[in-house]
Amino acid sequence: MNDLRDLYQDVILDHSKNPRNEGRPENPGHEAKGNNPLCGDKITVYVTVDDGVLKDIRFEARGCAISVASASMMSELAKGKSAEDVRAMFDDFHEAVTSKEPVAPEEVEKLDKLAALIGVREFPMRVKCATLPWHTLAAAIDDSTQEVTTE
Amino acid sequence: MSYDVSKIRNDFPILGEEVYGNPLVYLDNGASAQKPRAVIDAIGHTYEHEYANVHRGVHYMSQKATDAMENARETVRSFLNAADAREIIFVRGATEGINLVASSWAEMELKSGDEIILTEMEHHSNIVPWQFVRDRTGAVIKVAPISDDGELLMDEFEKLLSPRTRLVAVTHISNALGTVVPVAEIIRIAHDHGAKVLIDGCQAVPHMQIDVQALDADFYVFSGHKLYGPSGIGILYGKADLLNAMRPYHGGGEMINTVSFEESTFAELPFKFEAGTPHIAGAIALGAAVDYVTGIGLENIAAHESELLAYATEQLREINSVGLIGTAPEKAAILSFNLDDIHPHDVGTILDREGIAVRTGHHCAQPVMDRFDVAATVRASFGLYNTRQEVDALVASLRRVQEIFGA
Repeated sequence: MNDLRDLYQDVILDHSKNPRNEGRPENPGHEAKGNNPLCGDKITVYVTVDDGVLKDIRFEARGCAISVASASMMSELAKGKSAEDVRAMFDDFHEAVTSKEPVAPEEVEKLDKLAALIGVREFPMRVKCATLPWHTLAAAIDDSTQEVTTE
Repeated sequence: MSYDVSKIRNDFPILGEEVYGNPLVYLDNGASAQKPRAVIDAIGHTYEHEYANVHRGVHYMSQKATDAMENARETVRSFLNAADAREIIFVRGATEGINLVASSWAEMELKSGDEIILTEMEHHSNIVPWQFVRDRTGAVIKVAPISDDGELLMDEFEKLLSPRTRLVAVTHISNALGTVVPVAEIIRIAHDHGAKVLIDGCQAVPHMQIDVQALDADFYVFSGHKLYGPSGIGILYGKADLLNAMRPYHGGGEMINTVSFEESTFAELPFKFEAGTPHIAGAIALGAAVDYVTGIGLENIAAHESELLAYATEQLREINSVGLIGTAPEKAAILSFNLDDIHPHDVGTILDREGIAVRTGHHCAQPVMDRFDVAATVRASFGLYNTRQEVDALVASLRRVQEIFGA
């Protein structure tokens, strides 16, 4: 039961019930769509990039608590950062949630508030829920026209 | 004789497994059912005592394997009350059976403008093959709507029939909603209009007695693994005159009569449609699965499951904010629902940690999800070994979900 509480921490539930930066912006810059065909989760990420810096990130999502919370946290964390830094952050996050070994404390610290999502490591079927928003953001930065899918 | 569910449970070794320290509560029978010892043993017995390739060798083992496989065919014939064992084609599953009919019958028979009628509650496997036919022949697909309860609107269905209707392809029981579709009436109406009918019986065969002759079905398909048999084996039943007139599906060994580089002639039914070495042990074990369920008696299974359905429905209704999807009066033991606005995958994850296996998602029936304007549902589907205690475990676990989500 403890690992369930680890997964569904209050901060996750809060972000999933009250997602930050949700909604389509008036002037969407780059955008990309993500889709997890296995569960039907769908997300669109809008991002405004100015001089290599992510000025604004918004999203529309229809999905589970994990994917919506991940998108919400991502939108807060990535805002104001360079595209390069965001990619590095995603790499760290991805490595942590797919790690076979327990994640070292200093690595957890690097994740900032994303550390709350590290519980999905124990739920392999749910890792894709947590990473879908990030894959989609990466595609939006690249302005990919190809829909991102987790399959 | 009363239904001895604990004795039945002892026939299924997997039901003794624990999941995260909890007893396994298996409520995902609509996706695939667990296997009784008789089926598991039939596979072992085949490979240990009577295995060789079938219909080929003159040697002893080949003859034994062939006899066992043909006995299984006869068992299935009797199970469906087909007129002749040659009308029973072993395929990989219902999906292959439908694709076979689409390719070997519909693509030959249908012309541009001809019509295929489906229903709004079909599984993807009874939609996509017909879209292939549409794209290759210019045929038109029409879709019969369902009510808010998940019942087929028969008036609307009848209105769709026209002189151009060539095929009605319909599920016998909806995998996403549990609705039992009045297929006998559909077949009668379709035949009045000169159309053929294919029934997807995947969800029906484990729960009710099927008589393809009484139904007058032209084609009836099902998968072995939902009937407590192995995966990778299933049945296509077709009326002999239709099957005889159809072109072969796959080319290869076993399905031929003579072969030269100029031309080949094809074997008689059922071998015409069984190219290549089949899933021999799977076919034999499917026969064992049929024997197993008929040994318990489908009417007894149906009575047990319908009692479970009534109990589970009542229990779920006691949880505020459970929204049942699919409330047709004629229903199989399938409960599709949503809990508050908690996403089904979150519900499924929490249930899983308590040992309860349910399906979450669109159940390969996205049009049904669209019809009810949901992305996904939680689906508990019951089988012959499920118990009231398992319903109670499900309900307790759902309350736990609400607790975690603070709903």
